[in-house]
Amino acid sequence: MSRIKLNELDASFKDLVARQPGGEGIKACFACKACTSACPIEAVDKRYDPRKIIRMALLGMKKEVLESDFIWLCSSCYGCHEVCPQNVRFTDVMFAIKNLAVAEACIPAGLTAQKTLLKDHGRLYEVTDFENEKREKMGLPHIVEHAEDYSTLLD
Amino acid sequence: METLLYLGCTVPVRNLNYEVSARLTAQALGITFRDLESFGCCGFPLKSINARDTMVIAARNLALAEREGLEVCGLCNACVGTLTEVAHVLESRPELKEEVNTRLASIGLRYEGPVRVRHYMRLLWEEIGVDAIRTAVKRPLAGVILAPHYGCHYLKPSELTAGFDSPEVPVTLAELILATGAEVVDYPSLKDCCGGGVLGMSEDTANALATKKLKDVAQTAAHALVLVCPFCNVMYEGQQKKIAKKAALDLKVPVVYYPQVLGLALGLSSEELGFKMNRVKPSTVLKIVEG
Repeated sequence: MSRIKLNELDASFKDLVARQPGGEGIKACFACKACTSACPIEAVDKRYDPRKIIRMALLGMKKEVLESDFIWLCSSCYGCHEVCPQNVRFTDVMFAIKNLAVAEACIPAGLTAQKTLLKDHGRLYEVTDFENEKREKMGLPHIVEHAEDYSTLLD
Repeated sequence: METLLYLGCTVPVRNLNYEVSARLTAQALGITFRDLESFGCCGFPLKSINARDTMVIAARNLALAEREGLEVCGLCNACVGTLTEVAHVLESRPELKEEVNTRLASIGLRYEGPVRVRHYMRLLWEEIGVDAIRTAVKRPLAGVILAPHYGCHYLKPSELTAGFDSPEVPVTLAELILATGAEVVDYPSLKDCCGGGVLGMSEDTANALATKKLKDVAQTAAHALVLVCPFCNVMYEGQQKKIAKKAALDLKVPVVYYPQVLGLALGLSSEELGFKMNRVKPSTVLKIVEG
């Protein structure tokens, strides 16, 4: 990443994040790094660093954040959430940031597939006769897909 | 007590051993699970794409439960976490509830709330209780040693799990294991995340998290790792072979679901409890219990 020029950044990015459900707490961060210390992903993959992402967002590095690959590495364990002294609620801030990335068409392939599955089947795994026969053999009730509700709600 | 059993996507297709053992143990302990055929996905898989969509999908399921006038009991940490969170958010943000209800109207539903959602483990803990479970045990699992794994959304965020268990010092699963007569081992990575949340984005990263726990547990005297979430199962059972190969480790950590363990103690057979579906056989556990 080349060195940023502050006057070329989008200072309103933090406000955009804060307007998403879950993103409200981002501006309260005072950069103590408790989130990063508690993050199990950061411990094994240095691409992902919660405090760095917050700082980048607060500075207005919208493009660098939304187009990055690292924002997709959060495991949503809520470890950062529990230790934050400022109640930033970073796990939810990450969801807000990912939602903004998707709105800007930065969406990883796997995620679109999940949405398609839900619209087609109302579930992550299709339930066919095979599954239901297996269930029946174990004395379990049949599963019925309600795809129409999901496709209506998600259109 | 009566509750609506919320199966979610993964359990009824890939973890029938979890489902069948949960149903049998609930029945044995006087919990009536009612099935609601119209339940579908909880909405969690959409949260990274659009958190508002997650709210609408979760609220659909909550509205269906509300119509039945019953609370919801889930088996998956992610389903329980998502439904609980959305019920909580819609309670405190009336404007979001209205937004959600506008969309639910397109399928003829409306959610008023609140609807209570609890994990099956929380029902066992709060409605049955450790003492009653100990009394109900017909075949104490003496000599069986088990390692608990809670999973993140079982304990966090603590504002949703307050009054149940603590993310810093979790006890419920260990206590519920002890109630069966088995021993519990502690290990360094007890509270670690399984990595399942990031599996779809970076398999190496996800596996790195799961590797640590599998190695830790393999070094203890535990005969099996005990789970309560199908997402965690994907990592510890589903990925175990791959992890062992990559790390050149001779890993064979049996992975079981808590209701399977409880079921054995209540006198149910390993066959009834679906043990043949466990990929790494908990042979030592079954040998001690069934001979």
